Amino acid sequence: MPIDTNQKSTDLRTEEMIINMGPQHPSTHGVLRLEVTTDGEVVMDVRPFIGYLHRCFEKHSEKVGYTGVIPYTDRMDYLAAMNNNHGYVMTVEKLLGLEIPERAEYIRVIIAELGRISSHLVAFGTYANDLGAVTPLVWGFRDREYILDIFEMCCGARLTCNYYRIGGLSGDLTPEMLTKIREFLDYFEPKLKDYDRLLSYNKIFIERTAGVGVIPLEMAVNYGITGPPLRASGMKWDLRKDEPYSIYDRFEFNIPTGKGLKGEVGDCWDRYMVRMWEMAESVKIIRQCLAQIPEGEYISPKTPKMIKPPKGEVYVRVENPRGELGYYLVSDGKPNLYRLKVRSPCFTNLAIVPAISRGVMLADLVAIVGSLDIVLGEIDR
Amino acid sequence: MDLEAIAGKLNARFPEVVKSVETAHAGDPFLVIDPGRILDVAKFLRDDPEMSFEWLMCLSGVDYPPESIAVVYNLYSQTHGRRLTLKALLDRNDPRIFSVESVWRMADWHERECYDMFGVVFDGHPDLRRILLPFDWEGHPLRKDYVYPESYRGVTNKP
Repeated sequence: MPIDTNQKSTDLRTEEMIINMGPQHPSTHGVLRLEVTTDGEVVMDVRPFIGYLHRCFEKHSEKVGYTGVIPYTDRMDYLAAMNNNHGYVMTVEKLLGLEIPERAEYIRVIIAELGRISSHLVAFGTYANDLGAVTPLVWGFRDREYILDIFEMCCGARLTCNYYRIGGLSGDLTPEMLTKIREFLDYFEPKLKDYDRLLSYNKIFIERTAGVGVIPLEMAVNYGITGPPLRASGMKWDLRKDEPYSIYDRFEFNIPTGKGLKGEVGDCWDRYMVRMWEMAESVKIIRQCLAQIPEGEYISPKTPKMIKPPKGEVYVRVENPRGELGYYLVSDGKPNLYRLKVRSPCFTNLAIVPAISRGVMLADLVAIVGSLDIVLGEIDR
Repeated sequence: MDLEAIAGKLNARFPEVVKSVETAHAGDPFLVIDPGRILDVAKFLRDDPEMSFEWLMCLSGVDYPPESIAVVYNLYSQTHGRRLTLKALLDRNDPRIFSVESVWRMADWHERECYDMFGVVFDGHPDLRRILLPFDWEGHPLRKDYVYPESYRGVTNKP
């Protein structure tokens, strides 16, 4: 029956509608399904469904030996594979009580910070893409290529690097690679201003993100939010500074926090902007590393051939680009680990989406999910 | 305040809630607590000014056949810069414990994951469903005696 357009609006029957956003929706950054209850354009409720990418990481890791787990960690947060490696090898080293050579620590920090920049560049590009701007995506991926080239020189792989080893690294950084990293920093630093000119202070972008999806600080702590979303909510908290691991206590850098410059503290724009500021801080750290890096071994000669930590358990956390990545490792003294639980930052951060999305417009939901910068590979493990 | 002191405070407040203080192994020491009192202990640890464990860093299950399944709580106090690990040992045939979701909302999804992987039932959890596996999956894969299914919805793993 054709719709009678003369009918009064009060006579029309209205009801809430349930829409599936995903699992194959471009703005879900993978395969996430959000079951959205809508009233017109307004979101009444959101129920996230995850698990489409579940690959039984924790079960596999009980079978493959301690060294064999490293490549699996690459495949969790595949945009920051190096940072995942770093957390895992530190966990095993802590249980072994293994000391790492100075040079290896410096290389680890350089590579982890490059990983952070490359991950934030993807966050920058894809977030803009979610909101309808295509150029930042191209720019972000263009500059990330240079970092992936450096990774390829280090270890032969671009995405799932498998570069870190228990006791050090799989290879040394040659002088040519260090030069290449220096060249990249010189190229990259001015680009940060370009990104700001292109997107950060763009009026349309600010309209879409400022004041949207505000996470109050108390709520963030209760939900266990970490990483850029926590800092955007105003807490100056970064494990590299507040619980320094590796050799991060030797470097000067700031922790950017959200200040509500365009809207409220803890809105989508703050979460986006904290990442942009963090990239500049990572550049600072890498420059200091390059200036101080000593000669020496790249893997500890004391590393046992057979990795067999003593009976015990340990929880180690590191600052991943997306938040606090924790490994809870239980060893029973055998060559295979007994239990490995990954406290995934994205998994924990995503759980807040229903709480901050009630009553927003459907288009804002895309902005909120994008601003949390989730990687489904890590959520589903 | 060290681990012994925290155990002492807990025992003073809730008699015999701490069953043992484990420090003999490598890595982090932990407290084994009475699972029946977990909610009281959690509230006390978060709200008491001397404790103030605002953060639940991680919640995991560990299977120890044949007797028990453990639920492990890794806590962090930002105020005092201090960590605490609690372990509650549950009966493996009927693992049940009270949910701490009302204390730390972070536990919501992690408890669902623990239920999914180990079959631990968290009483009082508002929405205890499977989270990573399909809803009609049978069994809890991270248990040590888990038997892999040969097929799921007509898809077999035999060549």
